[in-house]
Amino acid sequence: MRHFDYARPTSLAEAVRTLRSLGEGARPLGGGTDLLVQVKEGHLRPAALVSLAGIAELDGVGLAGDGSLRVGARATMQEVADHAAVRERFSALADGAAVVGSYQTRNAATIGGNVCNAAPSADTSPPLVALSARAQIAGVGGEREIAVEELWSGPGRTTLEPGEIVTAFVVPTPPPGSGSHYERHTPRKVMDIAVVGVSTQLTIDGGVVAAARIALGAVAPTVIRAVRAERSLIGRAVSGEVAAEAGRIAASEATPIDDVRGTVAFRRYLVEKMTSASVLRSAERALG
Amino acid sequence: MARQTHLLRVNGREHEILAEPNRTLLEVVRDDLRLTGAKEGCGTGDCGACTMLVDGRIVTSCLMLWPEAGGHEVRTIEGLADGSALHPLQRAFIEHGAVQCGFCIPGMILAGVATLERTPGATRAEIRDGIAGNLCRCTGYQKIVDAIESVAQAPAGRD
Ligand SMILES: Cc1cc2nc3c(=O)[nH]c(=O)nc-3n(C[C@H](O)[C@H](O)[C@H](O)COP(=O)(O)OP(=O)(O)OC[C@H]3O[C@@H](n4cnc5c(N)ncnc54)[C@H](O)[C@@H]3O)c2cc1C
Ligand code: FES
Ligand code: FES
Repeated sequence: MRHFDYARPTSLAEAVRTLRSLGEGARPLGGGTDLLVQVKEGHLRPAALVSLAGIAELDGVGLAGDGSLRVGARATMQEVADHAAVRERFSALADGAAVVGSYQTRNAATIGGNVCNAAPSADTSPPLVALSARAQIAGVGGEREIAVEELWSGPGRTTLEPGEIVTAFVVPTPPPGSGSHYERHTPRKVMDIAVVGVSTQLTIDGGVVAAARIALGAVAPTVIRAVRAERSLIGRAVSGEVAAEAGRIAASEATPIDDVRGTVAFRRYLVEKMTSASVLRSAERALG
Repeated sequence: MARQTHLLRVNGREHEILAEPNRTLLEVVRDDLRLTGAKEGCGTGDCGACTMLVDGRIVTSCLMLWPEAGGHEVRTIEGLADGSALHPLQRAFIEHGAVQCGFCIPGMILAGVATLERTPGATRAEIRDGIAGNLCRCTGYQKIVDAIESVAQAPAGRD
Protein backbone atom coordinates (compact mmCIF):
# COMPACT_ATOMS: atom_id res chain seq x y z
CA MET A 1 0.00 0.00 0.00
CA ARG A 2 1.13 3.57 -0.56
CA HIS A 3 2.67 5.38 2.39
CA PHE A 4 0.80 7.20 5.10
CA ASP A 5 1.49 8.05 8.70
CA TYR A 6 -0.43 6.26 11.40
CA ALA A 7 -1.38 7.40 14.86
CA ARG A 8 -3.38 5.62 17.51
CA PRO A 9 -4.61 8.12 20.10
CA THR A 10 -6.12 6.80 23.32
CA SER A 11 -8.66 9.53 24.00
CA LEU A 12 -11.15 11.50 21.97
CA ALA A 13 -9.50 14.81 22.85
CA GLU A 14 -6.14 13.49 21.69
CA ALA A 15 -7.66 12.15 18.46
CA VAL A 16 -9.24 15.50 17.63
CA ARG A 17 -5.96 17.31 18.36
CA THR A 18 -3.99 14.79 16.28
CA LEU A 19 -6.34 15.04 13.30
CA ARG A 20 -6.19 18.79 13.51
CA SER A 21 -2.40 18.97 13.74
CA LEU A 22 -1.91 16.53 10.84
CA GLY A 23 -4.10 18.75 8.69
CA GLU A 24 -6.07 18.21 5.49
CA GLY A 25 -4.69 14.85 4.40
CA ALA A 26 -5.44 13.10 7.70
CA ARG A 27 -8.42 10.76 8.00
CA PRO A 28 -10.01 8.92 10.87
CA LEU A 29 -9.67 5.15 10.52
CA GLY A 30 -12.57 2.98 11.66
CA GLY A 31 -12.59 -0.66 10.61
CA GLY A 32 -10.85 0.24 7.35
CA THR A 33 -13.17 -1.84 5.18
CA ASP A 34 -14.00 1.14 2.96
CA LEU A 35 -10.92 3.25 3.57
CA LEU A 36 -8.24 0.65 2.90
CA VAL A 37 -9.99 -0.57 -0.25
CA GLN A 38 -10.05 3.05 -1.48
CA VAL A 39 -6.34 3.47 -0.67
CA LYS A 40 -5.40 0.16 -2.31
CA GLU A 41 -7.38 1.03 -5.43
CA GLY A 42 -5.79 4.48 -5.59
CA HIS A 43 -8.99 6.49 -5.09
CA LEU A 44 -7.75 7.99 -1.84
CA ARG A 45 -4.28 9.20 -0.92
CA PRO A 46 -4.33 10.06 2.78
CA ALA A 47 -1.19 11.57 4.32
CA ALA A 48 -2.09 10.05 7.65
CA LEU A 49 -4.63 7.74 9.23
CA VAL A 50 -5.72 8.36 12.79
CA SER A 51 -6.97 5.12 14.27
CA LEU A 52 -10.11 5.29 16.38
CA ALA A 53 -9.46 1.82 17.82
CA GLY A 54 -7.94 3.02 21.08
CA ILE A 55 -10.74 5.39 22.04
CA ALA A 56 -13.07 3.81 24.59
CA GLU A 57 -15.58 6.69 24.33
CA LEU A 58 -16.53 5.49 20.85
CA ASP A 59 -17.39 1.92 21.83
CA GLY A 60 -20.55 0.17 22.83
CA VAL A 61 -24.25 -0.12 22.11
CA GLY A 62 -26.72 0.54 24.90
CA LEU A 63 -29.99 1.99 26.11
CA ALA A 64 -30.04 5.23 28.08
CA GLY A 65 -32.32 5.76 31.08
CA ASP A 66 -35.00 7.37 28.87
CA GLY A 67 -35.04 4.34 26.56
CA SER A 68 -33.13 6.03 23.75
CA LEU A 69 -30.42 4.02 22.03
CA ARG A 70 -26.78 5.08 21.92
CA VAL A 71 -24.62 3.40 19.31
CA GLY A 72 -20.95 4.30 19.62
CA ALA A 73 -19.36 5.17 16.27
CA ARG A 74 -16.94 2.25 16.67
CA ALA A 75 -19.67 -0.32 17.30
CA THR A 76 -19.35 -2.98 14.63
CA MET A 77 -22.10 -4.08 12.30
CA GLN A 78 -22.13 -7.49 13.98
CA GLU A 79 -22.50 -5.95 17.45
CA VAL A 80 -25.39 -3.83 16.24
CA ALA A 81 -27.06 -6.73 14.41
CA ASP A 82 -26.76 -9.01 17.45
CA HIS A 83 -27.88 -6.53 20.10
CA ALA A 84 -31.16 -7.73 21.62
CA ALA A 85 -32.65 -4.27 22.23
CA VAL A 86 -31.73 -3.09 18.75
CA ARG A 87 -33.41 -6.12 17.18
CA GLU A 88 -36.50 -5.71 19.27
CA ARG A 89 -37.10 -1.97 19.35
CA PHE A 90 -34.96 -0.49 16.59
CA SER A 91 -35.47 -3.38 14.16
CA ALA A 92 -34.68 -1.43 10.98
CA LEU A 93 -31.15 -0.79 12.24
CA ALA A 94 -30.58 -4.46 13.03
CA ASP A 95 -31.97 -5.35 9.58
CA GLY A 96 -29.47 -2.98 7.93
CA ALA A 97 -26.41 -3.97 9.95
CA ALA A 98 -27.08 -7.69 9.43
CA VAL A 99 -26.82 -7.56 5.63
CA VAL A 100 -23.47 -5.79 5.37
CA GLY A 101 -20.85 -7.99 3.68
CA SER A 102 -19.83 -11.20 5.41
CA TYR A 103 -19.15 -12.02 9.07
CA GLN A 104 -15.56 -10.99 8.35
CA THR A 105 -16.76 -7.62 7.06
CA ARG A 106 -19.28 -7.07 9.85
CA ASN A 107 -16.77 -7.90 12.60
CA ALA A 108 -14.55 -5.05 11.40
CA ALA A 109 -16.94 -2.59 9.76
CA THR A 110 -18.13 0.15 12.11
CA ILE A 111 -21.37 2.09 11.98
CA GLY A 112 -19.41 5.36 12.05
CA GLY A 113 -17.50 4.26 8.96
CA ASN A 114 -20.64 3.10 7.16
CA VAL A 115 -22.32 6.47 7.65
CA CYS A 116 -19.23 8.69 7.19
CA ASN A 117 -18.20 6.94 4.00
CA ALA A 118 -21.40 8.60 2.75
CA ALA A 119 -22.29 6.00 0.14
CA PRO A 120 -25.96 6.45 -0.83
CA SER A 121 -26.14 2.64 -0.71
CA ALA A 122 -24.79 2.27 2.87
CA ASP A 123 -27.07 -0.21 4.60
CA THR A 124 -27.34 1.42 8.03
CA SER A 125 -28.00 4.91 6.68
CA PRO A 126 -31.68 4.57 5.63
CA PRO A 127 -32.52 2.87 8.95
CA LEU A 128 -30.85 5.65 10.95
CA VAL A 129 -32.81 8.25 8.98
CA ALA A 130 -36.09 6.35 9.36
CA LEU A 131 -35.45 6.07 13.11
CA SER A 132 -34.76 9.84 13.43
CA ALA A 133 -31.20 9.25 14.64
CA ARG A 134 -28.90 12.12 15.55
CA ALA A 135 -25.15 12.12 15.12
CA GLN A 136 -22.93 13.38 17.91
CA ILE A 137 -19.76 15.01 16.65
CA ALA A 138 -16.57 16.04 18.41
CA GLY A 139 -14.16 18.61 17.03
CA VAL A 140 -11.61 21.15 18.17
CA GLY A 141 -14.41 23.64 18.81
CA GLY A 142 -16.24 21.21 21.11
CA GLU A 143 -19.21 18.97 20.53
CA ARG A 144 -22.30 19.33 18.40
CA GLU A 145 -25.26 17.20 17.44
CA ILE A 146 -27.12 17.08 14.11
CA ALA A 147 -29.78 14.97 12.44
CA VAL A 148 -28.00 12.09 10.73
CA GLU A 149 -29.21 13.15 7.25
CA GLU A 150 -27.40 16.48 7.69
CA LEU A 151 -24.11 14.55 7.68
CA TRP A 152 -24.16 13.96 3.93
CA SER A 153 -23.63 16.50 1.18
CA GLY A 154 -23.20 14.12 -1.76
CA PRO A 155 -21.90 10.69 -2.70
CA GLY A 156 -18.78 10.13 -0.58
CA ARG A 157 -19.00 13.64 0.88
CA THR A 158 -19.89 14.70 4.41
CA THR A 159 -20.48 18.01 6.10
CA LEU A 160 -17.86 17.18 8.75
CA GLU A 161 -15.19 19.83 9.25
CA PRO A 162 -11.57 18.68 9.02
CA GLY A 163 -10.65 17.15 12.35
CA GLU A 164 -14.20 16.29 13.32
CA ILE A 165 -15.10 12.79 14.48
CA VAL A 166 -18.55 11.27 14.80
CA THR A 167 -18.64 9.84 18.30
CA ALA A 168 -22.08 8.20 18.45
CA PHE A 169 -25.57 7.98 17.04
CA VAL A 170 -28.48 8.57 19.35
CA VAL A 171 -31.84 7.13 18.40
CA PRO A 172 -34.94 8.32 20.29
CA THR A 173 -37.22 5.69 21.81
CA PRO A 174 -39.97 4.88 19.34
CA PRO A 175 -43.40 5.66 20.85
CA PRO A 176 -45.55 2.64 21.87
CA GLY A 177 -47.15 1.07 18.80
CA SER A 178 -44.09 1.62 16.58
CA GLY A 179 -42.40 -0.77 14.21
CA SER A 180 -39.55 -0.35 11.73
CA HIS A 181 -37.96 -2.28 8.88
CA TYR A 182 -35.16 -2.14 6.30
CA GLU A 183 -34.69 -4.16 3.17
CA ARG A 184 -32.40 -3.83 0.18
CA HIS A 185 -32.50 -5.29 -3.26
CA THR A 186 -29.31 -6.98 -4.45
CA PRO A 187 -28.76 -9.42 -7.32
CA ARG A 188 -26.79 -11.67 -4.97
CA LYS A 189 -28.15 -12.44 -1.52
CA VAL A 190 -24.90 -11.55 0.27
CA MET A 191 -21.68 -9.69 -0.51
CA ASP A 192 -23.36 -7.20 -2.80
CA ILE A 193 -24.27 -3.51 -2.84
CA ALA A 194 -27.85 -2.27 -2.61
CA VAL A 195 -29.49 -1.37 -5.92
CA VAL A 196 -32.20 0.19 -3.77
CA GLY A 197 -32.60 0.22 0.01
CA VAL A 198 -35.83 1.16 1.77
CA SER A 199 -36.42 1.75 5.45
CA THR A 200 -39.68 2.65 7.15
CA GLN A 201 -40.86 3.37 10.65
CA LEU A 202 -44.56 3.61 11.54
CA THR A 203 -46.33 4.50 14.74
CA ILE A 204 -49.87 3.22 14.91
CA ASP A 205 -52.32 4.67 17.39
CA GLY A 206 -55.98 3.73 17.58
CA GLY A 207 -55.71 1.71 14.38
CA VAL A 208 -54.38 4.56 12.22
CA VAL A 209 -50.91 5.84 11.38
CA ALA A 210 -49.87 8.57 13.79
CA ALA A 211 -46.31 9.00 12.50
CA ALA A 212 -44.36 7.70 9.51
CA ARG A 213 -40.78 7.99 8.28
CA ILE A 214 -39.60 6.57 4.97
CA ALA A 215 -35.92 6.68 3.93
CA LEU A 216 -34.60 5.60 0.55
CA GLY A 217 -31.04 4.45 -0.21
CA ALA A 218 -29.19 4.37 -3.55
CA VAL A 219 -31.79 6.41 -5.45
CA ALA A 220 -30.34 9.91 -4.98
CA PRO A 221 -26.90 11.46 -4.28
CA THR A 222 -27.53 10.89 -0.57
CA VAL A 223 -30.03 8.86 1.42
CA ILE A 224 -33.30 10.79 1.21
CA ARG A 225 -36.68 10.88 2.91
CA ALA A 226 -39.84 10.32 0.92
CA VAL A 227 -41.75 13.04 2.72
CA ARG A 228 -44.88 13.07 0.57
CA ALA A 229 -45.20 9.31 0.85
CA GLU A 230 -44.88 9.64 4.62
CA ARG A 231 -47.67 12.24 4.67
CA SER A 232 -49.97 10.07 2.58
CA LEU A 233 -50.03 7.53 5.41
CA ILE A 234 -50.96 9.81 8.28
CA GLY A 235 -54.40 9.26 9.79
CA ARG A 236 -55.10 6.18 7.70
CA ALA A 237 -55.41 2.52 8.58
CA VAL A 238 -52.64 0.55 6.87
CA SER A 239 -53.96 -1.67 4.08
CA GLY A 240 -52.49 -3.11 0.92
CA GLU A 241 -53.99 -0.21 -1.05
CA VAL A 242 -52.70 2.48 1.33
CA ALA A 243 -49.22 0.93 1.30
CA ALA A 244 -49.24 0.66 -2.50
CA GLU A 245 -50.18 4.32 -2.82
CA ALA A 246 -47.27 5.28 -0.52
CA GLY A 247 -45.03 3.17 -2.75
CA ARG A 248 -46.18 5.00 -5.89
CA ILE A 249 -45.59 8.38 -4.27
CA ALA A 250 -42.15 7.35 -2.97
CA ALA A 251 -41.17 6.24 -6.48
CA SER A 252 -41.97 9.75 -7.74
CA GLU A 253 -39.79 11.27 -5.01
CA ALA A 254 -36.69 9.21 -5.88
CA THR A 255 -34.14 10.68 -8.31
CA PRO A 256 -32.12 7.61 -9.25
CA ILE A 257 -29.43 7.28 -11.90
CA ASP A 258 -28.61 4.61 -14.45
CA ASP A 259 -25.54 2.59 -13.56
CA VAL A 260 -24.18 -0.94 -13.75
CA ARG A 261 -26.41 -2.02 -10.88
CA GLY A 262 -29.70 -0.80 -12.32
CA THR A 263 -31.55 1.58 -14.61
CA VAL A 264 -33.66 4.54 -13.53
CA ALA A 265 -36.87 2.74 -14.44
CA PHE A 266 -35.87 -0.43 -12.58
CA ARG A 267 -34.91 1.57 -9.48
CA ARG A 268 -38.22 3.45 -9.48
CA TYR A 269 -40.06 0.16 -9.83
CA LEU A 270 -38.09 -1.22 -6.88
CA VAL A 271 -38.78 1.86 -4.74
CA GLU A 272 -42.50 1.49 -5.40
CA LYS A 273 -42.73 -2.20 -4.58
CA MET A 274 -40.22 -2.21 -1.73
CA THR A 275 -41.72 0.85 0.00
CA SER A 276 -45.14 -0.70 -0.16
CA ALA A 277 -43.83 -3.97 1.28
CA SER A 278 -41.80 -2.20 3.96
CA VAL A 279 -44.80 -0.15 5.13
CA LEU A 280 -46.76 -3.37 5.58
CA ARG A 281 -43.87 -4.98 7.42
CA SER A 282 -43.40 -2.04 9.79
CA ALA A 283 -47.14 -2.02 10.47
CA GLU A 284 -46.97 -5.73 11.29
CA ARG A 285 -44.07 -5.12 13.66
CA ALA A 286 -45.86 -2.14 15.21
CA LEU A 287 -48.84 -4.32 16.05
CA GLY A 288 -46.76 -7.40 16.98
CA MET B 1 7.92 7.23 6.85
CA ALA B 2 8.74 6.12 10.33
CA ARG B 3 8.51 2.48 11.16
CA GLN B 4 6.67 1.70 14.36
CA THR B 5 7.03 -0.91 17.06
CA HIS B 6 3.99 -2.72 18.41
CA LEU B 7 3.50 -6.00 20.22
CA LEU B 8 1.59 -8.54 18.20
CA ARG B 9 0.19 -11.65 19.87
CA VAL B 10 -0.22 -14.42 17.33
CA ASN B 11 -1.26 -17.96 18.25
CA GLY B 12 -0.43 -17.29 21.89
CA ARG B 13 3.08 -15.98 21.23
CA GLU B 14 4.08 -12.37 21.63
CA HIS B 15 6.16 -10.78 18.88
CA GLU B 16 7.75 -7.37 18.94
CA ILE B 17 7.31 -6.11 15.40
CA LEU B 18 9.12 -3.17 13.86
CA ALA B 19 7.50 -2.28 10.57
CA GLU B 20 5.90 0.45 8.53
CA PRO B 21 2.31 1.02 9.66
CA ASN B 22 0.85 0.96 6.16
CA ARG B 23 1.30 -2.82 5.92
CA THR B 24 -1.60 -5.16 6.51
CA LEU B 25 -1.86 -7.75 9.25
CA LEU B 26 -1.79 -10.35 6.47
CA GLU B 27 1.52 -9.07 5.09
CA VAL B 28 3.23 -8.92 8.46
CA VAL B 29 2.03 -12.36 9.54
CA ARG B 30 3.07 -13.91 6.22
CA ASP B 31 6.30 -12.04 5.47
CA ASP B 32 7.70 -11.20 8.90
CA LEU B 33 6.35 -14.05 11.02
CA ARG B 34 6.51 -16.56 8.14
CA LEU B 35 3.08 -17.95 8.89
CA THR B 36 1.89 -18.47 5.34
CA GLY B 37 -1.37 -20.33 5.94
CA ALA B 38 -3.49 -17.25 5.35
CA LYS B 39 -3.45 -16.28 1.68
CA GLU B 40 -4.01 -13.12 -0.27
CA GLY B 41 -6.67 -13.75 -2.88
CA CYS B 42 -8.30 -10.42 -3.69
CA GLY B 43 -6.82 -7.98 -1.17
CA THR B 44 -10.18 -6.18 -0.96
CA GLY B 45 -12.26 -8.15 1.53
CA ASP B 46 -14.19 -10.22 -1.00
CA CYS B 47 -12.71 -13.72 -0.94
CA GLY B 48 -11.92 -14.60 2.68
CA ALA B 49 -8.63 -16.37 1.88
CA CYS B 50 -6.87 -14.07 4.36
CA THR B 51 -9.29 -14.82 7.21
CA MET B 52 -7.82 -14.71 10.73
CA LEU B 53 -9.43 -14.70 14.16
CA VAL B 54 -8.92 -11.51 16.14
CA ASP B 55 -10.19 -11.89 19.71
CA GLY B 56 -12.14 -14.91 18.48
CA ARG B 57 -13.90 -13.08 15.63
CA ILE B 58 -13.09 -13.66 11.98
CA VAL B 59 -11.80 -10.70 9.98
CA THR B 60 -10.22 -10.21 6.58
CA SER B 61 -6.60 -9.54 7.50
CA CYS B 62 -5.96 -7.94 4.09
CA LEU B 63 -8.05 -4.97 5.25
CA MET B 64 -6.55 -4.56 8.71
CA LEU B 65 -3.42 -2.52 9.31
CA TRP B 66 -1.11 -4.61 11.48
CA PRO B 67 -0.77 -2.03 14.29
CA GLU B 68 -4.57 -2.23 14.68
CA ALA B 69 -4.13 -5.81 15.87
CA GLY B 70 -1.77 -4.71 18.64
CA GLY B 71 -3.19 -5.57 22.05
CA HIS B 72 -5.48 -8.20 20.55
CA GLU B 73 -5.28 -11.97 20.29
CA VAL B 74 -4.63 -13.04 16.70
CA ARG B 75 -5.16 -16.65 15.69
CA THR B 76 -4.22 -18.12 12.33
CA ILE B 77 -4.71 -21.59 10.89
CA GLU B 78 -1.26 -22.51 12.26
CA GLY B 79 -2.56 -22.00 15.79
CA LEU B 80 -5.54 -24.30 15.44
CA ALA B 81 -4.01 -27.74 15.96
CA ASP B 82 -3.02 -28.80 19.46
CA GLY B 83 0.57 -29.82 18.85
CA SER B 84 0.36 -32.64 16.35
CA ALA B 85 -3.33 -33.29 17.10
CA LEU B 86 -5.44 -31.67 14.42
CA HIS B 87 -8.54 -29.66 15.28
CA PRO B 88 -11.74 -31.67 14.67
CA LEU B 89 -12.61 -29.42 11.74
CA GLN B 90 -9.21 -29.99 10.15
CA ARG B 91 -9.72 -33.74 10.45
CA ALA B 92 -13.25 -33.45 9.08
CA PHE B 93 -12.00 -31.56 6.01
CA ILE B 94 -9.53 -34.37 5.32
CA GLU B 95 -12.06 -37.13 5.96
CA HIS B 96 -14.66 -35.54 3.68
CA GLY B 97 -12.24 -34.79 0.85
CA ALA B 98 -13.18 -31.14 1.23
CA VAL B 99 -9.81 -29.88 0.02
CA GLN B 100 -8.71 -29.53 -3.58
CA CYS B 101 -6.07 -26.88 -4.35
CA GLY B 102 -6.23 -25.75 -0.72
CA PHE B 103 -5.94 -22.01 -1.30
CA CYS B 104 -9.24 -21.17 0.39
CA ILE B 105 -9.00 -23.82 3.10
CA PRO B 106 -7.23 -21.97 5.95
CA GLY B 107 -9.83 -19.21 5.73
CA MET B 108 -12.64 -21.68 5.23
CA ILE B 109 -11.70 -23.68 8.34
CA LEU B 110 -11.42 -20.56 10.50
CA ALA B 111 -14.82 -19.40 9.22
CA GLY B 112 -16.10 -22.86 10.16
CA VAL B 113 -14.59 -22.55 13.64
CA ALA B 114 -16.31 -19.18 14.09
CA THR B 115 -19.60 -20.59 12.81
CA LEU B 116 -19.58 -23.47 15.28
CA GLU B 117 -18.58 -21.14 18.10
CA ARG B 118 -21.47 -18.81 17.29
CA THR B 119 -24.00 -21.51 16.48
CA PRO B 120 -23.18 -24.87 18.07
CA GLY B 121 -25.09 -27.55 16.17
CA ALA B 122 -25.35 -25.27 13.12
CA THR B 123 -27.65 -26.39 10.31
CA ARG B 124 -26.49 -26.51 6.69
CA ALA B 125 -28.15 -23.14 6.06
CA GLU B 126 -26.35 -21.62 9.04
CA ILE B 127 -23.07 -23.13 7.88
CA ARG B 128 -23.54 -21.64 4.40
CA ASP B 129 -24.28 -18.28 5.99
CA GLY B 130 -21.16 -18.61 8.16
CA ILE B 131 -18.88 -19.21 5.16
CA ALA B 132 -20.60 -16.72 2.84
CA GLY B 133 -17.50 -14.53 2.93
CA ASN B 134 -15.20 -17.33 1.73
CA LEU B 135 -14.86 -18.15 -1.94
CA CYS B 136 -13.69 -21.54 -3.21
CA ARG B 137 -12.94 -22.02 -6.89
CA CYS B 138 -12.51 -25.79 -6.71
CA THR B 139 -14.84 -27.79 -4.53
CA GLY B 140 -18.31 -26.43 -5.25
CA TYR B 141 -18.67 -26.02 -1.46
CA GLN B 142 -20.69 -29.21 -1.00
CA LYS B 143 -17.96 -31.21 0.73
CA ILE B 144 -16.87 -28.20 2.74
CA VAL B 145 -20.39 -27.86 4.13
CA ASP B 146 -20.47 -31.65 4.69
CA ALA B 147 -17.25 -31.45 6.68
CA ILE B 148 -18.38 -28.60 8.89
CA GLU B 149 -21.78 -30.21 9.34
CA SER B 150 -20.19 -33.48 10.49
CA VAL B 151 -18.52 -31.64 13.36
CA ALA B 152 -21.61 -29.54 14.09
CA GLN B 153 -23.73 -32.68 14.39
CA ALA B 154 -21.13 -34.73 16.33
CA PRO B 155 -22.29 -35.58 19.85
CA ALA B 156 -20.71 -33.16 22.29
CA GLY B 157 -17.48 -34.46 23.75
CA ARG B 158 -16.80 -36.98 20.96
CA ASP B 159 -13.79 -34.96 19.88
C1 LIG C 1 -16.27 -7.22 1.17
C2 LIG C 1 -17.02 -5.99 1.57
C3 LIG C 1 -18.41 -6.02 1.58
C4 LIG C 1 -19.12 -4.88 1.94
N1 LIG C 1 -20.47 -4.94 1.95
C5 LIG C 1 -21.19 -3.85 2.33
C6 LIG C 1 -22.62 -3.90 2.37
O1 LIG C 1 -23.22 -4.94 2.09
N2 LIG C 1 -23.29 -2.79 2.76
C7 LIG C 1 -22.64 -1.64 3.11
O2 LIG C 1 -23.30 -0.66 3.47
N3 LIG C 1 -21.28 -1.56 3.07
C8 LIG C 1 -20.56 -2.63 2.68
N4 LIG C 1 -19.18 -2.56 2.64
C9 LIG C 1 -18.54 -1.29 2.92
C10 LIG C 1 -18.00 -1.13 4.36
O3 LIG C 1 -17.72 -2.36 4.94
C11 LIG C 1 -18.98 -0.40 5.27
O4 LIG C 1 -19.35 0.83 4.73
C12 LIG C 1 -18.38 -0.20 6.67
O5 LIG C 1 -19.39 0.03 7.61
C13 LIG C 1 -17.36 0.91 6.75
O6 LIG C 1 -16.94 1.02 8.08
P1 LIG C 1 -15.40 1.01 8.51
O7 LIG C 1 -15.37 1.10 9.98
O8 LIG C 1 -14.69 -0.12 7.90
O9 LIG C 1 -14.98 2.40 7.87
P2 LIG C 1 -13.56 2.93 7.38
O10 LIG C 1 -13.21 2.26 6.12
O11 LIG C 1 -12.58 2.89 8.49
O12 LIG C 1 -13.96 4.45 7.11
C14 LIG C 1 -14.85 4.84 6.09
C15 LIG C 1 -14.88 6.38 6.01
O13 LIG C 1 -15.46 6.96 7.16
C16 LIG C 1 -14.54 7.79 7.85
N5 LIG C 1 -14.79 7.53 9.27
C17 LIG C 1 -14.78 6.31 9.89
N6 LIG C 1 -15.17 6.44 11.17
C18 LIG C 1 -15.43 7.76 11.37
C19 LIG C 1 -15.87 8.51 12.49
N7 LIG C 1 -16.17 7.94 13.67
N8 LIG C 1 -16.01 9.87 12.35
C20 LIG C 1 -15.74 10.46 11.16
N9 LIG C 1 -15.33 9.79 10.06
C21 LIG C 1 -15.17 8.45 10.17
C22 LIG C 1 -13.18 7.39 7.35
O14 LIG C 1 -12.27 8.46 7.44
C23 LIG C 1 -13.49 7.00 5.93
O15 LIG C 1 -13.58 8.13 5.10
C24 LIG C 1 -18.43 -3.69 2.28
C25 LIG C 1 -17.03 -3.68 2.29
C26 LIG C 1 -16.32 -4.81 1.94
C27 LIG C 1 -14.84 -4.78 1.95
S1 FES D 1 -7.48 -11.50 0.38
FE1 FES D 1 -8.57 -10.68 2.03
S2 FES D 1 -10.58 -11.10 1.47
FE2 FES D 1 -9.52 -11.69 -0.29
S1 FES E 1 -9.92 -25.80 -2.63
FE1 FES E 1 -9.19 -24.57 -4.24
S2 FES E 1 -10.10 -22.66 -3.80
FE2 FES E 1 -11.04 -23.96 -2.40
